[in-house]
Amino acid sequence: MPSEELIAEHVLEFPGGYTRTTGPVIGRFLTELRDGRIVGVRTAGGRTLVPPLEYDPDTGEAVTGEFTEVGPTGTVEGWAWVSEPRAGHPLERPFAWALIRLDGADTALVHAVDAGDVRAMRPGLRVRPRWRTGRTGHITDIESFVPEVTRIVSPVRTEYRVRPGKSLARFLEGIERGIFLGCRCGSCGKVYVPYRLSCPECGVAITEETELPDTGTITTFAINNLPDPRAPEVPFVSAYILLDGADIPMIALVGDVPAHEVRQGMRVRAVWVPEEERTASMSNIRWFAPTGEPDVEL
Amino acid sequence: MGNRCAVIGVGQTHYTTKRRDVSIAGLVREAAVRALEDAGLTWKDIDAVVIGKAPDLFEGVMMPEAYLADALGAAGKPMMRVHTAGSVGGSTALVGASLIQGGVHDRVLVVAFEKQSESNATWALSTHLPFSASLVVGAGGYFAPHIREYMRRSGAPDHIGTLVAVKDRLNALKNPYAHLKIPQISREMVEATPMLWEPIRYLETCPSSDGACAMVLSSEKAVTGTPAWVLGTAMRSEPIFRAGRDTVNPQGGKDCAADVYRQAGIADPRRDIDVAEVYVPFSWYEPMWLENLGFAAEGEGWKLTESGATALDGDIPWNASGGVLSSNPIGASGLIRFAEAALQVRGMAGERQVDGARRALGHAYGGGAQFFAMWMVGRDKP
Repeated sequence: MPSEELIAEHVLEFPGGYTRTTGPVIGRFLTELRDGRIVGVRTAGGRTLVPPLEYDPDTGEAVTGEFTEVGPTGTVEGWAWVSEPRAGHPLERPFAWALIRLDGADTALVHAVDAGDVRAMRPGLRVRPRWRTGRTGHITDIESFVPEVTRIVSPVRTEYRVRPGKSLARFLEGIERGIFLGCRCGSCGKVYVPYRLSCPECGVAITEETELPDTGTITTFAINNLPDPRAPEVPFVSAYILLDGADIPMIALVGDVPAHEVRQGMRVRAVWVPEEERTASMSNIRWFAPTGEPDVEL
Repeated sequence: MGNRCAVIGVGQTHYTTKRRDVSIAGLVREAAVRALEDAGLTWKDIDAVVIGKAPDLFEGVMMPEAYLADALGAAGKPMMRVHTAGSVGGSTALVGASLIQGGVHDRVLVVAFEKQSESNATWALSTHLPFSASLVVGAGGYFAPHIREYMRRSGAPDHIGTLVAVKDRLNALKNPYAHLKIPQISREMVEATPMLWEPIRYLETCPSSDGACAMVLSSEKAVTGTPAWVLGTAMRSEPIFRAGRDTVNPQGGKDCAADVYRQAGIADPRRDIDVAEVYVPFSWYEPMWLENLGFAAEGEGWKLTESGATALDGDIPWNASGGVLSSNPIGASGLIRFAEAALQVRGMAGERQVDGARRALGHAYGGGAQFFAMWMVGRDKP
């Protein structure tokens, strides 16, 4: 039996933590942070460094003693998305490490942006600090930056009590009994289905009811490749079906046939749900299925 | 037709998927300010405001005209809202024009918008009300069967739709305001995209856009700058469910065109009109409307498309702007057609300008191809 590899865990940590004297420049920055403000320091050349540096990286000269408040809003210049935060990271959920140039600053600050989703990140994104309570004078006094409010969700919900109306109720009564109820205009003689009370052509009241068979002809159709709650699958065919004896087509599903075998002129018959499942609803008709008769010339 | 009316200012936003940087008020304001700047006018020069948009359910804002009155400088002025489904942009311009033609006002601001990114138009158009007797499947699902029927009747070859899809997107490359910019667009690319509502492919449909368009309309005595003169205006509608209704070549569209041509003295639209901006949200509607609007005989529209006659360098350019296929802020889409027609005859259409355009048609339709709005505009005073 091979001997086990020798492994031990070891921690190196100075008890209580190292200290850092800040010097006047960094100290001022952290003091302002503790008070909820972000300041930059001016260089002799007139640039504002945020976070402040003690010595101008361009010239090596000491920076001036002039501090100026910047931000609090800043602009994201670049970022790296952290999809799996580690123990030492400022946030426990996915976030971005970002270069943020605060308004009034000439340099960018690295900090976390809590954007929720990588798709929310973009160059030019405007962000603001989210301050920690109980600040101590540390860069983590800013918990993270967060995007400005640019959009809200406005829930709108309206509840209706819907009645089908006299004519549609009459039609659906027929559907409950397995019958297509239509009507004939006394003026132009056109037969409408669903049953209605007035003629859209003549404007007159319609009084003559007529029962139509559940067979008809597909005049035209679409093959829908987007899902729909009322269709059993994708693709599904929605068709204009001219019931025998009607002068206006109805739009309905076509089934029991592959979508690409449906044709204009195809003869179809309604497929009804079993009698005991019927209600006053079009869901009584699963779809229209081919009858196998020869196509009709359109 | 009443008193003379002219378009003296046009303003558009850049159409895009999501205008996240502005509110609805900011969006309409942007278009309105640009129209005023074009006319060299300020808010105080406007007598009345007419605003149009498609269903309130698109943004979930009830009566948006009330909320937008301040953004459009309408305090203390008449303001009204127009809604005629997809044709609303056109109807909005026509209602504004009627206020000038009727001598009620001297300067009217018309504006139309949609901010589709605030919800989903297909959702709003298929709300599945209880007790429905009919299957409703959104705009594409509604129009696809009528396109199929057009193809059957006319015997048009399958590729006609892709030709329009390519042509309008090529035109869009010349329009700084257009939404879809696809420099590598080709027939192969269009044909490689999936069928959404067969026979309509993905790239044969319009995009969902945010945007607004505005125009300043003026009486003859109040004209500033370069006018486009209104030569004719017409609206028609017809019921969606009517036995014998021709859904491929609707009577309402034919009647509307005949009316506007009569007013403008157009005997032969293909010969007498220099450029047309026609509401084509699905590519096949170009050949269908070529016939409905009398540019071609019934069954022959596709041949005009196939011959290249409707391209920017053809004898009757259709949708030099890229059309609805390239930008579709629904409520504004009709007004954009009317505004682009005006820009053409004013000679202000930039790279998409049709040389020497003197007479232009603006067209919009809506609902189940049952609402129509059209105008003719010209360089010369009628």
